[in-house]
Amino acid sequence: MTYKVLIVDDSKLARMSIIKALSALHPDWTRIEAADADEALLQITERHPDIVLLDFNMPGKDGLTFAAELRQQHSNMSVAVISANRQMEVIRRAQAVGAAFLAKPLTEEALAGFLDAAVKKRNGTVP
Amino acid sequence: MTPPAASILTEMELDALTELVNLGVSNAAHSLRELVREEILLSVPRVTIVTREEAIKNLGERDAKRLVGVHQDFDGDIAGRALLLFPETKSLELVRAIVGSDLSLDEIIELEQEALAETGNIILNACLATMANNLGRTLKISLPEVLHGGGTEFFYVKPPPYVDDNILFSYINFSVRQRNITGYIAMLLDLPSLAALKNLLAALIERTGNRAVAVPPNGN
Repeated sequence: MTYKVLIVDDSKLARMSIIKALSALHPDWTRIEAADADEALLQITERHPDIVLLDFNMPGKDGLTFAAELRQQHSNMSVAVISANRQMEVIRRAQAVGAAFLAKPLTEEALAGFLDAAVKKRNGTVP
Repeated sequence: MTPPAASILTEMELDALTELVNLGVSNAAHSLRELVREEILLSVPRVTIVTREEAIKNLGERDAKRLVGVHQDFDGDIAGRALLLFPETKSLELVRAIVGSDLSLDEIIELEQEALAETGNIILNACLATMANNLGRTLKISLPEVLHGGGTEFFYVKPPPYVDDNILFSYINFSVRQRNITGYIAMLLDLPSLAALKNLLAALIERTGNRAVAVPPNGN
């Protein structure tokens, strides 16, 4: 089974880095890119991703605010906020809205852990 | 006359540099949070390359005339000077956030230089070390020095280290929650260092993209 993953980050380099890790883990999964929340919303409407990886510090709507909205509107969607800003307040806010927190620079190991959990959730093997 | 940033760095290189600054400042925020025990809010960074005169004008337009700055020199494949700047009126507030509010004003004033130097050291080292690590290079970083003055003083610190240098001006707000202490980070680089930085950024982009470039935008 393959999944669609939406990567939202205003930095092209950061998106490339995430795509590199994702491609190494799941070369057959669909990757979709967006540079901000507005672009991401269009992609979500058109392409219905299963998993969303969000930068925290973006122009316009920040990743945490967007994660909260996505979790409310798409309860099946697995969302992770990715940031080098590892302050506990940020991590707690991500967890409070039902999103995972992954530290930048993103490692394949950390991404694999999140994606495995996301797959299990979609398959109904975890609540 | 310095050419505009776009002619020195490509759009992708500027993107990569902005992301490096973002990673660096985010790491710095984490360390600063441990010092002040309050959340540090960060704005989205903007990175531009300007002349000294333009940088001074930018600072003058953005904030108070009197500033406090902590500067550190760095040397290696790229050499230059990094500065952390914020309004002088917020200086004691920042020190109070770090050392706690139990101390008297006299004690806070006594600790001011040391606390500012340490704050600058944490923020600038986090930025420079993150950039150096991502670029695969080592930088030797000097001890911090604290200065008070306006934009002119900071960008003409004596002895002048370089001739015809550009200023890589990174504008980022950091504020201690509920204290509204705004800071900027600036770096001074000469033209050879800027050329070296450009090469290192190009190599970073290539390393990052060597498996990802096959992905077209917005697609699989």
